[in-house]
Amino acid sequence: MTDNTAVAVHGPTRKLTRAEQRKEDSKTRLSSPAASAIAVIIAVVWTIPTAGLLITSFREPSAIRRTGWWTAFTNPMFTLENYETVLTGSGDLVGPFVNSLIITIPSVVIPIILALLAAYAFAWIDFKGRDWLFAAVFALQIVPIQVTLIPLLSQYVRFGLVGTYWTVWLSHTIFGLPLAIFLLHNFMREIPRSLIEAARVDGAGHVRTFFQVLMPLLVPAIASFGIFQFLWVWNDLLVGLTFARADYRPITVAIAEMAGSRGQAWHLLSAGAFVAMLLPVIVFLALQRFFVRGMLAGGVKG
Amino acid sequence: MDWLMQPDTTVEKFIVMFVAIALFAAVMAVVLLVVDRPSLPRWFAALGYLGPALLLILLGLLIPAIMTVRNSLYSNDGSTFVGLDNYATVFSQDLFLIVLRNTFFWVLLVPLVSTALGLVYAVLVDRTRFEKFAKTLVFLPMAISMVGAGIIWKFVYDGQVGLLNALLGLGGVPTQQFLLDAPYNTFYLIVVMIWIQTGFAMTVLSAAIKAIPDETIEAAKMDGATGMRMFWQITVPSVRPAIIVVITTIAMATLKAFDIVRTMTGGQFDTSIVALEFYTQTFGRQAGGIGAALAVLLFVLVLPIIIYNVRQMRITEGER
Repeated sequence: MTDNTAVAVHGPTRKLTRAEQRKEDSKTRLSSPAASAIAVIIAVVWTIPTAGLLITSFREPSAIRRTGWWTAFTNPMFTLENYETVLTGSGDLVGPFVNSLIITIPSVVIPIILALLAAYAFAWIDFKGRDWLFAAVFALQIVPIQVTLIPLLSQYVRFGLVGTYWTVWLSHTIFGLPLAIFLLHNFMREIPRSLIEAARVDGAGHVRTFFQVLMPLLVPAIASFGIFQFLWVWNDLLVGLTFARADYRPITVAIAEMAGSRGQAWHLLSAGAFVAMLLPVIVFLALQRFFVRGMLAGGVKG
Repeated sequence: MDWLMQPDTTVEKFIVMFVAIALFAAVMAVVLLVVDRPSLPRWFAALGYLGPALLLILLGLLIPAIMTVRNSLYSNDGSTFVGLDNYATVFSQDLFLIVLRNTFFWVLLVPLVSTALGLVYAVLVDRTRFEKFAKTLVFLPMAISMVGAGIIWKFVYDGQVGLLNALLGLGGVPTQQFLLDAPYNTFYLIVVMIWIQTGFAMTVLSAAIKAIPDETIEAAKMDGATGMRMFWQITVPSVRPAIIVVITTIAMATLKAFDIVRTMTGGQFDTSIVALEFYTQTFGRQAGGIGAALAVLLFVLVLPIIIYNVRQMRITEGER
């Protein structure tokens, strides 16, 4: 229904029929069998390693040790035992999973709010030195976390905060801020100046302009950065390893420890890896278009 | 108040988390209300909005970075000034020379191979029926932690039940110890980072390909360009700025990443890289001075990539 109206409004020149479109497209592609074969090979190589470990996570420990995961196709015997062991048994990943949640939520929310305010000031408040200050923040994106780690740690020790969630939240917030400010500023500059000025003429202060005019328009931008920061924090190893004490360690640290101490226990490692992957993969698949949008706006954190 | 610092149960942990968020929200609300009065000068409002973020960046990034540069000039226990001795050690001892060699291969191969594969794949699946699905398959590793990716690939390389050895076995090749045999093991680790970064390259380059103006493609077709000629003479030059951004971004990410090597070999068997060696020296060997020098080195290695990137962006903008 909507499709038809679109064609009617814009006229027949805008939209070719699907068959015509495909015929047209095929000319621009490398449409040889060899090209298709290469594409399929890449897709397979990119998928098989993950699929293999996923299948393994559902096989019995003794079977995993004796035969390759591909034999499960001819002799299927699946079990949830590994997930039980890794969550509540010797793996004990429930605690680290909870820790990852506790670490991630504030570490995403706080930098978004701080960066929204800073980006607002950079975009819509005129003050002396604004441009070079913004350039400085932009430049700080490149400082590797490693460079700041030890001095930060000694400050935390001095203030008696060492090992607590507070230091982990603070560190992730600090490390996320330059990218967050840069990204949200880029999005915020795209909002027409007339909208902001109209609000100001109506007598709205900064707070009202910010919440009533800008916020609704910034939802996609916030979603973009939010996913970045979520994936970054959830998948982080370095910050968790350095700052969180043992009983607050996130799931990445727990899995890395498991890989170090029980490197051949594939029934634990496979199930553990997928427990750790579950949430980021779901979020990623559900919000992929926001992620892509943020990435194209210049947001990549190394 | 002790439980605010050291919660024990899951419930306590969540309470502390909500307290932290509420506390933060309250502080920010007070700041905003104070600076929002129209009678106040404009710089005061700017200070209120920027202040918290800038303060954190100053205290958490800038000052610590300067302190690390200072620490790199001191002995490992931080007591005596040693000048550039730590750097001299890094550039002369065999252990570190291997680390530098490995880092060189990482920074060279990961950006080039991922970008090439990402570009080819983006062109191949562009405007096909399966485009979205095909892209998701290659993109998905970006959502997985490098620890997870390390485990996935360690299993592929496994000596007893790994897929790769099984495939080689079909061709009569004896079982390989992919992660133990230096120097080739470094390349098997590099494969994992390529596997992760190709999705990024593909996505950015795919967007660039779709942005090539129809007229350009039409004109090329008029000239009879198809297939490979189209790729080299139209696609590649058109997306060149995007290619440079992708290569430099991946190079920076590669320099800083230590998770893969740490998970798969722990830096043993001559596989360590600067980012991991920083961690090993600082926390494993208690060699603070060497660790600081390695961190600074990491920063120095990132700089030329950034400068090149910014310069390229300026050139492209000037062309517009």
